[in-house]
Amino acid sequence: MKDLFPDTADELEIGEIAYQDTMIDTVNAIIKKYDHNPTRLMDILIDTQSEFGYIPPPIVAQISRTLNISIVDIEQTLSFYHFFSAKPTGKYTIYLNNSVIANMMGREEVARTLEREAGCKFGDVSADGLIGLFSTSCIGMSDQEPAALINGKVFTRLTPFRVKEIIRDLKAGKRLDEAVVEGLGDGANAQPEIRSMVQNNIRKKGPILADGYKAGEALKKIVKMKPEDVIAEVKLSNIRGRGGAGFPTGMKWEICRNAPGEEKYIFCNADEGEPGTFKDRVILTEYPKMLMEGMAVAGYAVGAKKGILYVRYEYTYLQQHLESIIEGGRKKNYLGKNICGKEGFDFDIRIQFGAGAYVCGEESALIESAEGKRGEPRDRPPFPVESGYLEKPTIVNNVETLCSIVKIINHGAPWYRSMGTKESSGTKLLSISGDCKYPGVYEIEWGFSVNDVLEMVGASDVQAVQVGGPSGTLIGPNEFNRTLSYTDLSTGGSLIIFDKRRDLLKDVVMNFLNFFIDESCGSCSTCRNIPVFLRQKLEKILNARGVQKDIEEMLEWSKILKASRCGLGLTAANPVVTSIKNFRSLYDKKIQHGKDYDSNFDMLIAVKESCDAVGRVPQMS
Amino acid sequence: MSTNGSVIRIIIDGKEYLSRSGVYLIDVARENRIFIPTLCNISGVKPRGACRMCTVSVNGRYMTACTTPVSEGMEIKTNTPDLHDLRKAILEIMFVEGNHICPVCEKSGNCDLQALAYRFQILVPRFPYSFPKRTIDAENPLLVKDHNRCILCKRCIRTIKDEQGRSFFAFRKRGHKLEISIAHHLKDHLNKEIAQRAVDVCPTGALLKKESGYNIPISERKYERTPIGSEIESLKQSVIGDQ
Amino acid sequence: MERKKTIVATASLAGCFGCHMSLLDIDERILSLIDLVDFNKSPINDIKNFTEYCDIGIIEGSCCNSENVHALKEFRKNCRILISLGECAIMGGVPAMRNGIPIRECIEEAYMNSPSVKGHNPEMILPNDPELPMLLDRVYPCHEIVKIDYFLPGCPPRADLIYSALEALITGNEMKLPYEIVKYD
Repeated sequence: MKDLFPDTADELEIGEIAYQDTMIDTVNAIIKKYDHNPTRLMDILIDTQSEFGYIPPPIVAQISRTLNISIVDIEQTLSFYHFFSAKPTGKYTIYLNNSVIANMMGREEVARTLEREAGCKFGDVSADGLIGLFSTSCIGMSDQEPAALINGKVFTRLTPFRVKEIIRDLKAGKRLDEAVVEGLGDGANAQPEIRSMVQNNIRKKGPILADGYKAGEALKKIVKMKPEDVIAEVKLSNIRGRGGAGFPTGMKWEICRNAPGEEKYIFCNADEGEPGTFKDRVILTEYPKMLMEGMAVAGYAVGAKKGILYVRYEYTYLQQHLESIIEGGRKKNYLGKNICGKEGFDFDIRIQFGAGAYVCGEESALIESAEGKRGEPRDRPPFPVESGYLEKPTIVNNVETLCSIVKIINHGAPWYRSMGTKESSGTKLLSISGDCKYPGVYEIEWGFSVNDVLEMVGASDVQAVQVGGPSGTLIGPNEFNRTLSYTDLSTGGSLIIFDKRRDLLKDVVMNFLNFFIDESCGSCSTCRNIPVFLRQKLEKILNARGVQKDIEEMLEWSKILKASRCGLGLTAANPVVTSIKNFRSLYDKKIQHGKDYDSNFDMLIAVKESCDAVGRVPQMS
Repeated sequence: MSTNGSVIRIIIDGKEYLSRSGVYLIDVARENRIFIPTLCNISGVKPRGACRMCTVSVNGRYMTACTTPVSEGMEIKTNTPDLHDLRKAILEIMFVEGNHICPVCEKSGNCDLQALAYRFQILVPRFPYSFPKRTIDAENPLLVKDHNRCILCKRCIRTIKDEQGRSFFAFRKRGHKLEISIAHHLKDHLNKEIAQRAVDVCPTGALLKKESGYNIPISERKYERTPIGSEIESLKQSVIGDQ
Repeated sequence: MERKKTIVATASLAGCFGCHMSLLDIDERILSLIDLVDFNKSPINDIKNFTEYCDIGIIEGSCCNSENVHALKEFRKNCRILISLGECAIMGGVPAMRNGIPIRECIEEAYMNSPSVKGHNPEMILPNDPELPMLLDRVYPCHEIVKIDYFLPGCPPRADLIYSALEALITGNEMKLPYEIVKYD
C-alpha cells in the first residue's frame, strides 16, 4: 500500500483540495472547540481530517504552535492511525475491507472493478482527484461482505455491477446518499440519524437481545441500593468480560471502587476490531440505551461521574444516532446530574472515536488513544483500575458486558447464573460469518458446542472454524464437539466458517498474518518483527520452496512472541501455530521432502535489475 | 499488598533477598549484583519495556523487570535456559531488523547492543536479514541520526525534551514501519549539552555527535575486554537503607 | 601410522581479503597447522580448481554477483563443512551497504558519475560483456544462498578465533570461545 505519510514534503502531491491559508482559521476553530486541550488531539485530528480530507504539514505546524507541543508529538499520533492522512485521499475516499471474509465473498473482483472504473490502483488517488482507493482491515460487516467505507458511509454486499454504478454516480456528481440505491437496512439502520444500508442480521435472541427492554429500569433499581451491593450483585452473577479476555467484571469494579481518588472513569470499549466480529455494531445500533444505562450503573457502582464510549472509526456512521441517544438520556435524567432523583449520582458520557487501529481494542491502548496519543498498550502494573485515563482509576468494559449488567440488575444474579455453565454463566453474542447460510448475530448460552453452532447457522461441508478471530484458534472437524466457554473454547464471539473450497494456508493464515503485521503498534521488538519473519516462511512454503525445518522454525520463532507486552503480540502467531497443530498435513503437502535446506534464492530474479540496467539477457549456467 | 517502601522478601533465582516494595525489579537485581540485560531502561527514568530484553519469570509469568515493581513474596527467575534463548533471540531480531554494520560504526566497542551480542556470543542470527531501506538524517547542526542503527528503544524520546518540555524525538508510523522522527523546528532549542545527553542515552550508534568522532582509541573501548554487565556483577553488596 | 591430513579450501568472494590476512595472522601456529592440514583450492596457494573432496571450506566475503554465487555453490558441492568467515560472509558487511540503493544507481555511479570516471566515459557505456558477472539485486550473506555449518564473526575475525575453530574441527575437541575473541569489528 502506498504510504500516506511521505518522508519528505517533496513527495506531497497536493490534489484537489490544495492547501490554503483559510484552512488555518478552520483548524483554529476546531482546536478552540476542544479547549486547546492536547489530550483531545484525537478529536482535533479527526475533525481536521473530516474537514479537509487530509492533514498537511502546515496544519500540523499550526496545531503544534497552538497547543505548544512539538510537531513530532502530533505526527506520532497522526501517523499511527490508519484513517489519518498527510496527503489528499480523494474527494471520495474508498476504503475496501481486505479481511479473509471479504476475500471469500468476492472482494478481488470488486477491487479490480473499482480500479478499472476509478482509473487508479489501490493506494492511489485518481488523476482528477475524485476517487481514492485504499484497503482497510475488517470494518465490522463480516455478515455482509464485501463491504467498503466511502467517506465514512458503509456500502455492503458489493458486486462488480454495483461498484460500476456507484463510481458512475460519483463521477456524475451525485451525492453519496443518492448512490445508495438498495434501500436501507432493518431496524434503526433506516432511521434518519443513521440512514444506512447495513443489516442487523439478528438471528437468535436471548435475554440480552430480547424485546421488551425498558430504559431506566435498572437505574431506578440501583438508586435504592448501595453501590457496594450493586458490585456484590455483579460478582454474584459471575459475569466475565465479554471482549475475549474474560476478566471477572465484579472484581474489576470492586478494585476500581476501592482505588484511592475522587475522579474515576468508565470506558465502554466499542472498538471491536477482531476480524469477524460485529455484534457490538448491532448493540450500538439497536440497544444503545441499554449500553449507556450499563455505563451509568458502572458509574454508580464504582463512583465515577464520567463515561467515555470509545467507538471505532468504522462506526462513525452511527455518530448522530449515538449522540441523540445520549441527549435523550439526559432529558430523561438517566444521564446528567442527580440521576433518577438520587442526590449526588452524576454521570455523563462522551463519545470518543478511534481512527483505525486494532490494537486500541486493548484496554490500556484504548485509554492512550482517548488521551490523544498513539494507541500503544501500557506497561502493567499499574492496571487501569488503579491508574487509567489521565492517571485516574478507570474501568474498561466491553459493550456486551455492560448490556448484560443491565439485565443482571433487572432480573437478579441467580437468574443470570441459571444460564450457561457453572464457570461460564449467562449468554454470549456470537458474530458468525463465512461459509454458512445465515451469517449474523446469535445470542446463545455458554456451553454450546461448535457442532451446535454449525447446525444452527446452516453450515455444511465445513473444513475449519476460526474461533475468536485471528487471535483465536483454527480448529478442524475433530474438535467441533468442543464447547464455547471460558474453560474450553474461550471467545469474544467471532466464529468464521471455512468450507472445503478454501485454501487455509494461502487464504486464511496468510491473511491473518498480514493483519497482525499491519496492526502491530511496533513498540515491542518481538511483535514488530516475528510476524514478518513468519510471513516470509509461509510465502516460501506456499512457493513450494519450503523444507521441514521451515515448519519447525515457524513454531520455534512463534514462541518468542511470549515476551510481548500485550494481547496482540502474544497471540499474533496463533494463526500459524494453531494451523500447524491442527492442519499439519496441509503444510506437509507443500514442502519439499528429502531436502533439508533451501535458501529460496532465485538467480533469475536476483540479476534481473542489473541485466535490465545494462541491457543484457542473463546467461544461466 | 504491602505499601510502597516497606521492607519485603523476594526470591531471585532461588535465593532470598530483602528489598523495598515498589522498587523496580531490575533495580533490585542490580543492587544485589544480578545483571538483567536491558537496552531501553535508564535508571531513574520512567521505564517503557520497549526492548523486552529484561523479560524474567515472575511467579511463573513472563514480565519485564524494568517495569515490574517488586512486592512481597515474588518468586523471580532471571536466567533460565528459556529466558537466555529468548533474550538471544530478541538481540538477533534487532540485528536483522536494522542495518548494523559494526565494522563501519563509530560506536563499535562502546555499543550496548553489540556488547550484549558479545555477552551472548551470537555468531549469526537465526532470522533472515531484512536489509531495510533507511536513511541518515543529518539536518541538525549538532547531531546525526542514523536510522539504520536505531533499535527503537525510545530512550531518546523519553529523556530528551526542551526547556518547555517539548519533544525532540517521537515515534512515527507503526508496526514494522515504525521509526523515530526528529523535531527539526526545535533545533534552536537543542544545545550542545542536550545533544551530548542524546548521544549518551543512545545504546547504539544511531545518534552521534557531529564534528567529532572516534575519540576513544580502539584498545580502550568500553566492552573490549569485559562483558557488559560485569560491572554490576562485581559490585559490592548494597545494604538496605542505602537506596 | 600417519594420520590423514585435513583438507581445507578457502575463497574470498565480495570481501577485502582481510579475513585471509587474519588467517595468516596465527603466526607460528601456522607451522603446527601445516602438520595437520593440506590446502586445496585457495588463493593462498593459487590452486584454481578443486582436485578432491575437501573436509573444510572457508568462505570470506558475501555474494554480490552471479560469479560469487557460482563459486559458493561450487564450495558447497566440494566441501563437507562450510564456514562463513567474517562479517561480509555472515551478514553482507561493508559491501551490503549498497543494499537499499537501486542497482541502476550503483552501476551509473560506478561507470558514469563518480569523480574518477566522470569525463572518461563520454559515450556513457555500461559494461555489458558476457564474460562479466551479473550484479545481484542486493548483497547476500552466504547462508542465504547455501547451507553454512559454522560462523566465525569479526572484521576480521581474530586469528585466535580462526585457530580455535580449526583446531576444534580437526581434533574434534570442543571449541573454546573466550570473550575477547568474538567481536564484530
